Amino acid sequence: MPRRFATCRRKVPRQARRKREAVKTAVMGDTTADLRIRPALAPDLPAIIALDEEVTGLAKPGYWRDMFERFGNRRRDQGFVLVAERQDRVEGFVIGETRAWEFGSPPCGWIFAIQVRPKSRLKGVGTQLFNAICDCFRKTGVVSVRTMLARDNNTILSFFRSQGMMAGPFIELETTLEGGFSP
Amino acid sequence: MKLQKATFFALFAVLELAADPTRQLAAAEIADKYGISLHHLAKVLRDLGRAGIVDAARGVGGGYRFAGNPKRLTLMDVIELFEPIASEGLGGDEPPPATDVGRALRLVLNEIDEHALATFRSITISTMLKIVAQRPWAAALGERKPRRRTQRV
Repeated sequence: MPRRFATCRRKVPRQARRKREAVKTAVMGDTTADLRIRPALAPDLPAIIALDEEVTGLAKPGYWRDMFERFGNRRRDQGFVLVAERQDRVEGFVIGETRAWEFGSPPCGWIFAIQVRPKSRLKGVGTQLFNAICDCFRKTGVVSVRTMLARDNNTILSFFRSQGMMAGPFIELETTLEGGFSP
Repeated sequence: MKLQKATFFALFAVLELAADPTRQLAAAEIADKYGISLHHLAKVLRDLGRAGIVDAARGVGGGYRFAGNPKRLTLMDVIELFEPIASEGLGGDEPPPATDVGRALRLVLNEIDEHALATFRSITISTMLKIVAQRPWAAALGERKPRRRTQRV
């Protein structure tokens, strides 16, 4: 080994390494080592529905069934429904699709939803899901990823920002159907 | 959009110290690096100390150390210590005239405020440090960009 490496790389004894790992696990909880990201299957739907209900307080079984049907079944080449699984338990999921020319935008990956079980947060689950769906998008040939979320959804907003996302070139506008200029 | 001088000084100090929470820095070192008034920065650091964001060690070799949680502390948490933008908005010192035109202008300014506030609330110190490390402006300057480092969330 060249000398410059020998001086900057300290050899850590096996026992110390094990201790360090144990401390890391105690601090971080379960790490992502035993986490598996895979395409969602129909039997995952009840867990996805339950997880969303746990997080949002609203049960939307019809909506998630439809999402799964559209992006997990019908458009498998462009749509992606992924779950993060640990020991046969769904810890989180992400849904997205590569879309072209919507709102005049060149092809781009869209993330429609991402959820992580509250007790499993800050342990890398969201990051792994995000990275996995970005890999799926890359395979479709796109170079950017986009999402849209409520301005006051600080948890998810902070998460996406921590992944390097910033305000994009589009602005979302809306009004009431009863006559414009709704503040 | 304009932030007050004290707010900028606080953000400089917090980001400088949070880049290495084990490192202790003297106020003068931070003031030198950013070319800002040491006297003003010292006052700002006292406020940050009272808020529990930095720890101060007195005496010879003393200095400041980051004491917050970089994954939880947001830009808004720091900004709000120095200016009440969350309650007054960014143009809060200019009360709109009590006319329909004034109210309509306020409506539009509020829209801008809401976006700005959501941005400050959603960017943590940890995310800011990643932006600093990635130097997204480097490409525009023709510099090489360092490899992306991901963070566990």
